[in-house]
Amino acid sequence: MSNTVTTTPALDTSKTLAAEPRGRTGAARLLLGRDAVMIYALLAFVLYGMIAIPRFASPVTVGFLLLDVIPVLLIALPMTLIIITGEIDLSVASIAGLTSALMGVLWAAGLDIGTVLAISLLAGVAAGAFNGFLVAVVGLPSLAVTIGTLALFRGLALVVIGDNAVANFPPELTAFFTSKLGGTGIPTVMIGVVLVALFFGVLLHFTPFGRGLYALGFSKEAATFVGIKVARAKFWLYVGSGSVSALAGIYWTLRYSSARSDNASGLELTVIAAVLLGGVSIFGGKGSIPGVIAGVLLIGTINFALRLGRVSDVVLIIVTGTLLIASVVAPSVFEAIKRWQHNRRLRRSLPQVPASGETNATAPGVQERK
Amino acid sequence: MTTTPTSTPAAPEREAGGGARLLGSLLRLREVPVTLALIVLVVVTYLANPLFLGAQGVKDLLLNATIVIILAVGQALVIITRNVDLSVGSILGLVAFSTGTLFATFPGIPIIVVFLAGMALGALLGAVNGLLVTVAKVPALVITLGTLYIYRGLNNAWAGGKQYFAGDRPDAFGSLSVDTVLGFPLITLIAIVVVVVVAVYMVGTRPGRDLYAIGSDPAAAELFGIPVSRRVFLAFLTNGVLAGLAGVLYASRFNSVGATTGSGLELDVVAAAVVGGVAIFGGSGSVVGAAIGAVLLTTITSALTALRVDKFWQQAIVGALILAAIIIDRIAGLRTAKKLRVSEARDV
Repeated sequence: MSNTVTTTPALDTSKTLAAEPRGRTGAARLLLGRDAVMIYALLAFVLYGMIAIPRFASPVTVGFLLLDVIPVLLIALPMTLIIITGEIDLSVASIAGLTSALMGVLWAAGLDIGTVLAISLLAGVAAGAFNGFLVAVVGLPSLAVTIGTLALFRGLALVVIGDNAVANFPPELTAFFTSKLGGTGIPTVMIGVVLVALFFGVLLHFTPFGRGLYALGFSKEAATFVGIKVARAKFWLYVGSGSVSALAGIYWTLRYSSARSDNASGLELTVIAAVLLGGVSIFGGKGSIPGVIAGVLLIGTINFALRLGRVSDVVLIIVTGTLLIASVVAPSVFEAIKRWQHNRRLRRSLPQVPASGETNATAPGVQERK
Repeated sequence: MTTTPTSTPAAPEREAGGGARLLGSLLRLREVPVTLALIVLVVVTYLANPLFLGAQGVKDLLLNATIVIILAVGQALVIITRNVDLSVGSILGLVAFSTGTLFATFPGIPIIVVFLAGMALGALLGAVNGLLVTVAKVPALVITLGTLYIYRGLNNAWAGGKQYFAGDRPDAFGSLSVDTVLGFPLITLIAIVVVVVVAVYMVGTRPGRDLYAIGSDPAAAELFGIPVSRRVFLAFLTNGVLAGLAGVLYASRFNSVGATTGSGLELDVVAAAVVGGVAIFGGSGSVVGAAIGAVLLTTITSALTALRVDKFWQQAIVGALILAAIIIDRIAGLRTAKKLRVSEARDV
């Protein structure tokens, strides 16, 4: 990771060139940024689907597509914030599974459904707080902690419910979770999802707390010095992630009307793939909620379209994997091209010094970059 | 095997000699907690249920551990360089299925050729990981997450619903995991050879030590003149070869190989390495520790059965062990840092 730091050549900072493109401002930034590109890609694919794929352009599509992506969409929101701060949470799907298992057992034990939902949600909050405590307070690496809790929470789900499944949830509730808003095909629960998305979007982009997360992702030390409470911010992010994962677990249980220990297993990989595809940098400090939502919807739409075209699930996972790798390799390729162009421009604009002393100074920097 | 990179602060003290100090530095080895845990687990289980250490019991323990041991050794190499390879389960699956296919397509094929083919396929898949990581300079977590999907997808596409069963394979191949020498199944002996060879390589050769340097501080390693990209690539390649070997052995050990063989295994493997004292952020730990971690994790499953504990507890215990391992590591790290500060102050 620190490779990128060391290879920044002295040349880059020494001089601004007249021909160098400046950072985009105003409308250009909105219309040409990474988020916009993701949204264009999404729109282009939807358009292609409507023209080329039979049965794609219908309210049924909208309904099933959205019902399928809701869990990923929900969890991707807090995950965006966590990855922007340079951490990661691999335990989200296990928290969803634990919530689902708990719901099943409590409901089977005859508790009132409101109490069941409240306790399940609280379990998610507690699980998130446990992660947050280990990462933010104890100071352990989040990758290792959440690999541990990935196993722990999934294991607890197994302990709670074993290999049983509970399916007899109140029909009016499960019907609500698959119901649509009138004839549009948009699921009713999308209202809730949009509210959660707005919450995280506003939190990240329009509050001092959210802006601080970017600073945190760039440099923890610097963030501490400008007065950001690093530990507290991280702790609450994990609590948020746990709560939203619990919501996703509740949704999963009621949508499929089935509480099992292996619900949502493996979902963490899909979520992270979608978040990175949406333009969030795994190094932290970069990314946005609109981009991530576009990324989630793009993966969801491609998968749905392929499924409509009777392409098997096999190809779907290859597509997900390839998209993930492409989305992280592409920026570093662009970066390399940009740096190369910069250097070429710099070299051309440098006065041609015949003396060898001047060129020697830049030579090590140039070699190091290979 | 007694040296670990973190024991360097103890080095000046060792010159002074003294049995107590030697004991102290032995106790500070990163492999100690996991070894103690393994011993306690085995002893407690044995006292509760003596059948646990019967001839058949021991053989089962070793057989269960074999494949995870090999994978954990490879994973340790990668983690020591401050990377991670999540695609090992998928590599193992692809190789295991291709082993089944080879035996079914060419009935008379020599077993050694199958081994070489499996390791070559593993090497190829590992090389793809290594190239993507070193050339694109993207964190290995993301790259191998992607190849986890892609390799698994290829396996699915190739296998479909097809499975190969032990009946398709020659008896000599299957008996590798049945016959024993001195109580050790043959495939376990292969695993032990792997552990010893890689451990010696890591302790005694230049490239092996380089891996630790890279994991401790990649930037410093680069400045020091270590060919970082080439070494990291080597680690991924070796991990691929070992995952390939594990895939071939999997086909020998288990009855059926198909599209989902080995899925989810990557978590157990990373867990084994971390529990065995390999620091997740690189630079410390040993392949022996990782191998012991693998034995511990697989033994827990059998021990729970022997102790008649609900089998559903197994995964929760694995999770708790991982957390315990990193917390212990953190405490040890803080103590070492404090000691280093004190000794530096004294020197100045």
